[in-house]
Amino acid sequence: MTAVEDRPTTEAPEREVGKARRRKEDARLITGRTTWTDNMVLPGMLHLAVVRSPVAHAKISSIDTSVAQEAPGVVAVLTGRDVADEQGSIPCAWPVTPDMVNPGHPSIAVDEVNHVGEAVAVIVARSKAAAQDAVELVDVDYDLLPAVLDMEEATGQDPDLCHDHLESNRSFHFVFDGGEAGTGADTDQVFADAEVVVSRRFVQQRLIPAFMEPRSVVVQPQGDNYTMWSSTQVPHILRIMLAMVTGVPEHKLRVVAPDVGGGFGGKLQVTPEEVISLLVARRLGKPVKWTETRSESLMTAHHGRDQIQYIDIASDREGNVKGLRCRILADMGAYLRLVSPGVPVLGAFMFNGIYKFDAYRFECDGVFTNKTPTDAYRGAGRPEATFAIERIMDELAVELGMDPLELRRKNWIKAEEFPFTTVAGMTYDSGDYETATQQALELLGYDELRAEQQRRRESNDPVQLGIGFSTFTEMCGLAPSRVLGSLSYGAGGWEHAAIRMLPTGKVEVVTGSTPHGQGHETAWSQLVADRLGVPFEDVEVLHGDTSVAPRGLDTYGSRSLVVGGAAVVNAAEKVVAKARRVAAHLLEASEDDLDYTGGKFSVRGTPGSEVSIQEIALATFAAHNFPEGVEPSIDADATFDPENFSFPHGTHVCAMEVDTETGMVKIRKYACVDDVGTIVNPLIVEGQVHGGLAQGIAQALFEEAVYDADGNLTTGTFVDYLVPSAADLPHFDTGNTVHEAPGNPIGAKGVGEAGCIASTPAVVNAALDAVRHLGVRDIRMPLTPERVWRALHDGGDGGDRATAGTNAYGGAQTETTAGVSTPQSALGGDR
Amino acid sequence: MTQINVRVDGVTYTDDVEPRTLLVHYLREQLGKVGTVIGCDTSNCGACTVHLDGSAVKSCTVLAVQADGGEVTTIEGLAPQGSLHPVQKAFHEMHGLQCGYCTPGMIMASVDLLKENPDPSDTEVREGIEGNLCRCTGYQNIVRAVQQAAGEMRGATNGHVSAADVDIAAAPHVVGQS
Ligand code: FES
Ligand code: FES
Repeated sequence: MTAVEDRPTTEAPEREVGKARRRKEDARLITGRTTWTDNMVLPGMLHLAVVRSPVAHAKISSIDTSVAQEAPGVVAVLTGRDVADEQGSIPCAWPVTPDMVNPGHPSIAVDEVNHVGEAVAVIVARSKAAAQDAVELVDVDYDLLPAVLDMEEATGQDPDLCHDHLESNRSFHFVFDGGEAGTGADTDQVFADAEVVVSRRFVQQRLIPAFMEPRSVVVQPQGDNYTMWSSTQVPHILRIMLAMVTGVPEHKLRVVAPDVGGGFGGKLQVTPEEVISLLVARRLGKPVKWTETRSESLMTAHHGRDQIQYIDIASDREGNVKGLRCRILADMGAYLRLVSPGVPVLGAFMFNGIYKFDAYRFECDGVFTNKTPTDAYRGAGRPEATFAIERIMDELAVELGMDPLELRRKNWIKAEEFPFTTVAGMTYDSGDYETATQQALELLGYDELRAEQQRRRESNDPVQLGIGFSTFTEMCGLAPSRVLGSLSYGAGGWEHAAIRMLPTGKVEVVTGSTPHGQGHETAWSQLVADRLGVPFEDVEVLHGDTSVAPRGLDTYGSRSLVVGGAAVVNAAEKVVAKARRVAAHLLEASEDDLDYTGGKFSVRGTPGSEVSIQEIALATFAAHNFPEGVEPSIDADATFDPENFSFPHGTHVCAMEVDTETGMVKIRKYACVDDVGTIVNPLIVEGQVHGGLAQGIAQALFEEAVYDADGNLTTGTFVDYLVPSAADLPHFDTGNTVHEAPGNPIGAKGVGEAGCIASTPAVVNAALDAVRHLGVRDIRMPLTPERVWRALHDGGDGGDRATAGTNAYGGAQTETTAGVSTPQSALGGDR
Repeated sequence: MTQINVRVDGVTYTDDVEPRTLLVHYLREQLGKVGTVIGCDTSNCGACTVHLDGSAVKSCTVLAVQADGGEVTTIEGLAPQGSLHPVQKAFHEMHGLQCGYCTPGMIMASVDLLKENPDPSDTEVREGIEGNLCRCTGYQNIVRAVQQAAGEMRGATNGHVSAADVDIAAAPHVVGQS
C-alpha cells in the first residue's frame, strides 16, 4: 500500500470513459418494446401507397385515376398535377459550384419521369392493403424517351439527355487544384518531370445503403400544427427543409425520429414520401402513414457511391511519390437530393490519403443519369477516395517492383510530423501510422501467411493466397461550420446539448445528435457521469424530437461523439461552474477554495464540509437559500463547433484465398488496428468497426445495384442485392491505438465510418495479390466468382456483372437487355 | 374472412382474418404485437421470425390461417415480463445489436438454433442464422452472444434470468485502450 491509496472516502468513483458499459438502449430492443415508426397507430389514420414509374425516362402523356378513386376504401388519389403548386422541390443543400445545374425534383412527377420508381401518384386509403390494391388501378400513359445510363456516354459526344430541358448531363464541374490553392506544386509540371507515371481507371459501383428498417412516415395534423414521425437520421434538418419546401411554418412543425432501424447515410435525406405524407395530411386533415416495402426501398431510397475514377500517380524510380491527379465522374442519378453533389466533393480532400505528395489536382463532374438519385452512404466520398489511393499505391508498387507496404512506409506522414498540413490543405491532427501497421501485421500473423503464399505459388496450388493493405485516414467530425461554408454547404456543422439537473438529483441530457443504433444514450451517460460525478444510471439522454431537443444537426459523418459529445461535455462543465457558485454560498466559502471530485464540492483543507451536486440541484429547485443576484438554475446548454476535422486512421490487412478454378474468393483472415482517438466505450467502438467492415467488405465482394439497358434496377430485392449474411463474413481481429484528437474536449476522432472506408481496397488488393502472377491486373467490384474467373481466364477486369442471360442476372430478359453487357477491359492503361 | 383460433404469447385469440393475411401482419396489425417486424418482401431477412408450435418460422411466409389452432411465441413472449431469456441477455452482454431492428428475429432464430444444437461452433452459428440479415453488427458479436447463451443454457437448468442482472462486468473480449 502506498500513502496515496490511504486517502479517506472522498475517492472519486471509477471513470466511466473507457468502460465497456452495456448499452442502455438494449432493454427495449431485445424485448420487442420498440417504437419503430411503422408501429404507430393513430385514430382515423389513413394509409398511403405510391404509384411508381415503371420506365426510366418518359413524358407523362396522361394519368387516369378514375378507377382507383372508386376502389373500396380509397379516400383520395393525388397526382403530381394535383400538388404541383404546393410540393416545391426536394431540396439540395449543397451547391458545390456557383453554376451547378439543379433540374428541380418534384416529390410526385408532374410532366416527366426520370427514373424507374419515381412517384407518379399517391393512393390514400382506409387500410394499407386497400391502398396497395388500388396502385394497379391507376392508368398512366408514357411517351418513352431514351434512357441515359452510362456516365462516360452521358459526358461524351452528342449524348442523349437525362433532362431534355438542360443543355448537358453535367450538373457541375468541381476542381480542387493544390497549385492554385497554394497547398502544393504545379501538378502538370510535376507530372511532366516525373520518372514514373501510373494511370488507372477504377469503378466504384453503385451501392444501396439497405438499412434494415424500411422507411416509414406518420403525420398527424392538429389544427395548423403537424407532427411528423419519421424513420430518419435527421429530424432537425428534415423539419427546416419541410418548412422551406411546403410552406408549413417551422414553428408549426414538430418532427420526431423514434427508434430508427439503421441509416448509414440512407436516412440522411428529405424524401419525396415525407413531403407527400405532409401534403396529404394537410389536404385531408387526417393522420396518414406511409411505410415502404423492401423492394420500394431498394428501388427508390437514395443509392450510394457510383463513380468512375481516372487516377494518375507520379513518382521517382525510388518510389517517392510526387503527384496525384484524379478525374472523377460521379453519378448523381436523375436528381440532386440533399447532399448528392457534396459526396464526391467531401472526397476531394482525401484522395492523397496519408501520403506526402508535392502536387495534387482533383476534378469531378457530377453527371445526371436516369437512375435513382445517389447521396450519402457510410463514408460518403471518403471510401471512394480511400479506394482510389490505396489501389493506385499497390499499382505503383507493382510498377516499381516494390513491396506495397515499403512504398507506403516511404511516403506516409511520420508520427513526429503531426500536425501535418497536406497537399489538399487539410491539417491532420494526430496519429502514428507505423505503430498501427506493426500491430495489424501481428494480429494478422503476417509472416506466416506470406510464407504460405509463397508455398502455394510454388506448388501451383489451385487456391492462391494474397495479402492486401489499406493504410487509411479519413476526415471525421463533420464539421467546422466555417469550412462547410467555404464549400458552399447550406448549413453549419455545430452540435447542441443541454443538461437539466432535476430536483431529485437525476440528470436529463438533451442532445441534438439523433441516434439510430449508435448507442448515444449509453456513451453520453458515460461522459456526463464522469463530468458531473453522478451515477451512470442517473442520467437519461433525450433526443430525436424537435420539441424536446430543439437544436441539433443530427447523426452522420462520424460526428456524434466528436461534435455532439463535445457539446455535452461543455454543457456539463457549465453546470459544474454554476453549481460551484451555489456550493460556495451553501458552504460559506470562496469559490476558489472549492474542490470538485466525485460529484461533491468540498472546501480545501476543511474535512467534512461538502455538498453534493444532487443537494445543490435540490437547493436550486427550492431556491430558498440562494446566492444574491444569481438566477435559480444550474441547468446549462452548449453548442460546439469544431475548429478542424478529426482524422482517425488505421491499418487494415486482409488475407484472401482465390480459387483459380472456380473464381471463388474467401477471406482467410482480416485484421485491423484503428486509431479513433479516445475510446469512450470500447464495446461500442468495436461494434462500429465490425459493422463498417461488413459494409466495406460487402462492397468489395457482394453488393452492386445493377441496371439493365432499359434502366430497370435488376437487384431490387434481397434475393439479388446481396447484403451479406453471417455465413458470408469472416471473423475480424480488431485492435486500437489511441492518439487523442486535440480538437475536442473528449479527444475522440469518430468511428462510425472507419471500417467501411478502410476495408474495401484492402480486400481487393488482397485478391489481386493472390492472382497477379497469373496475369490479372484488376478485377471490378464486387469480386463475384464469375468476374474473378473471367479476369483469370479472359483477361480484363471481369467485365460487367450479371450479364443478361446468365443465371446471376436478376431481371427479365428483353430484346434490349440481351447481350448488352459484354466483358470488356476497364483498365485505363498507362496514358 | 376466415375465423382462426391462435394462442400468441400465452393469450388465446379468436379473430376473423382475410385469407391472404400473412401471420406477421396479423401479429402486428390485429394483435398489436409490433415487437415482431418486417424487413423485406422476399423472405430473405428473417426480421419477422417467430416460433410457431415451437419452431422458428418467418412469419411473413406463413398465412395467418396456417397458424389456426397453433401456438405462436414472439419476442414479446419469449420470457416472462421482467425477466430475460438467456439469449436476450447474451445479446445485451455481448453487444449483439446496434439499431436492434434485426434483433427480435435474430434472437428467435438463435433460440431455435440452440434447441437443435446446444453447443454450436462459430461456423455452425453463422450457418444457423444465415437466414437472418443484420446490417449493423457485422455478426461477430451476434455469434459471440449465441455461443455465450449456449454456454449458459447448457450450464443452467434453463431458468430465465432477471432483467436486473444484465449489466455485468466487462466481457473478456473487449479491447482496452492501449
Ligand atoms: S420480413 Fe420475413 S423474411 Fe424478411
Ligand atoms: S442491429 Fe441493426 S440490423 Fe441488426
